[in-house]
Amino acid sequence: MSQSVTGEAPAILLDKVNKWFGVLHVLRDVSMTVAQKEKVVVCGPSGSGKSTLIRCINRLETHQEGRIVVDGTELTDDTRSLDTIRREVGMVFQSFNLFPHLTILENCTLAPIWVRKIPKAEAEELAMSFLTRVKIPEQAKKYPGQLSGGQQQRVAIARALCMRPKIMLFDEPTSALDPEMIKEVLDTMIGLAEDGMTMVCVTHEMGFARQVADRVVFMDRGEIVESGTPAEMFENPQTDRLQLFLSQILRGH
Amino acid sequence: MSAIAPGHHVAQPSREPPPSLIAGPLAWMRTNLFNSWLSTAVTLALGYLVLRMGTSFIQWAFIHAVWTVPMGANGTLDPAACRAAQGVGACWAVIWDKYRFILFGRYPYDQQWRAAIVVVLFIGLFVVSGMRRFWRKELVLIWIGTLTVIGVLMWGGVLGLTYVGQDIWGGLPITLILSTFGLAVAFPLAVLVALGRRSTTMPAVRMLCVLYIELIRGVPLISLLFMASVMFPLFMPEGLNPDKLLRAQVAIILFAGAYLAEVVRAGLQGLPKGQYEAADAIGLGYWRKMGLVILPQALRLVIPPLVNTFIGFFKDTSLVLIIGIFDLLTSGKVAVAEPIWQAYSTEVYIVLALIYFAFCFSMSRYSRGLEREFGKSVRR
Repeated sequence: MSQSVTGEAPAILLDKVNKWFGVLHVLRDVSMTVAQKEKVVVCGPSGSGKSTLIRCINRLETHQEGRIVVDGTELTDDTRSLDTIRREVGMVFQSFNLFPHLTILENCTLAPIWVRKIPKAEAEELAMSFLTRVKIPEQAKKYPGQLSGGQQQRVAIARALCMRPKIMLFDEPTSALDPEMIKEVLDTMIGLAEDGMTMVCVTHEMGFARQVADRVVFMDRGEIVESGTPAEMFENPQTDRLQLFLSQILRGH
Repeated sequence: MSAIAPGHHVAQPSREPPPSLIAGPLAWMRTNLFNSWLSTAVTLALGYLVLRMGTSFIQWAFIHAVWTVPMGANGTLDPAACRAAQGVGACWAVIWDKYRFILFGRYPYDQQWRAAIVVVLFIGLFVVSGMRRFWRKELVLIWIGTLTVIGVLMWGGVLGLTYVGQDIWGGLPITLILSTFGLAVAFPLAVLVALGRRSTTMPAVRMLCVLYIELIRGVPLISLLFMASVMFPLFMPEGLNPDKLLRAQVAIILFAGAYLAEVVRAGLQGLPKGQYEAADAIGLGYWRKMGLVILPQALRLVIPPLVNTFIGFFKDTSLVLIIGIFDLLTSGKVAVAEPIWQAYSTEVYIVLALIYFAFCFSMSRYSRGLEREFGKSVRR
């Protein structure tokens, strides 16, 4: 389950992670390793803890027990290590979360200028190159509110990439999109995967999982129930819970 | 479009113009003022009342008004003409006689040009600060420079200007000083307190902020001003007794700070959680997250209540009257205490109201413009 593709240190290591919201046990002894350049898709029914898991990786949520090591740095209360990790880990949210008071270009240059201390001109050049890559350089001067959902989500991806992260986290990136816009976002993500980015992606897009995932992790009720290659998981589910989940997902699509 | 299958229904554009296009003042009046016999009756009754009051006010304020009175035999003005017109026409002569006292209080008469320049400087400062193209770091320097010049002009004692102690300052400059310094200091304080109150990592700071807000909001401004002017000196060590104006200023700052903090907090809470998370996720630290992402949005969200509070405090500075500070309202009140003008306080208060209105209405119009401008870029 935790095989490393190349043998180098893992990009992400979770070791018996536990988390509670009040008395609700949302993560139960979750252990998982993501190798460098590996693409992992996390799926599971709503309330299974998959979003919480991914949000623990860049400490938007804090875990209460166990260890999380990202790119060799353990997540603790130390803010310095947190700053380091957040610089290296990009995140894309379900609801885009672009900054509505800044232009598309400013959204992308904000962190490089203020966190990475890159000169403004250079940051803008970098941002334009990533906006070109997500195929919307012509929108750079507009505000997020003037873009469609699919375009906004691609900007969100570009904004994360502008920090030149080693790892990208996607938290249901297509769930808030109208159906006709899902493809443009998935295509962007596929391109990213082909370039060798380490990715952890919470999604229900099984076609995407099949195409890019090295490994699919199925979660239910706060624990990892099953994990394996997309082919193993989809063609030969071992547990009733995964079978049930797959049947529900497929019926929905 | 040439081959539409039979039964395939294509909606024809409607010929009727939408009802909103039936416009014009007559149509407006019919729908809003005369749409039923009851509303017609109310319209006519109110119209009659407004007309009656309006005409009698115009007659009093303009047609039968006495604008000037001649100099009397003993070297003072003779208000006989005003007395004759009493109850019928306004006596604006009191304004001509007293306007400099109303505007500048007891500030030495031959030095009042300094106070006049100060008023102009304040207004210039507001106008410059209001223009977005001056919203740069240099604006801070402009403020420091202007306030320094204002201080030099008011106090004097340097550059050949005679010294004027702040105990004899008065009128409009005092009102502008109290409100400008009050809001300029209270606003940053309010932002910090609002952030402190929302702090999750520093419970002690949060408690302190809550305590401050609740304590200050729990007492009327008047009692705070009394405390500042009467109680505070009792607790201070001998010889260390800050001036009355300064104490009133501090009281106003603390009071305004607590109210503004709650307005700012509303803005902070009005932002979706995703904005905080996105700022965290791209690695902005706490202060950059607040300064670059959260506050610019939160403050835009609360421009209307913020300006509401600003306007409220501009007028509330007039409460310093009760602790004997000579602001605009006080000097107006003192002006009509003079025996010959005692009967004409209405005229003076109307002028005071117009001055307050001019400032408050400009603030209100400005905030409307600001909202509209921001609305353009942040339309979701």
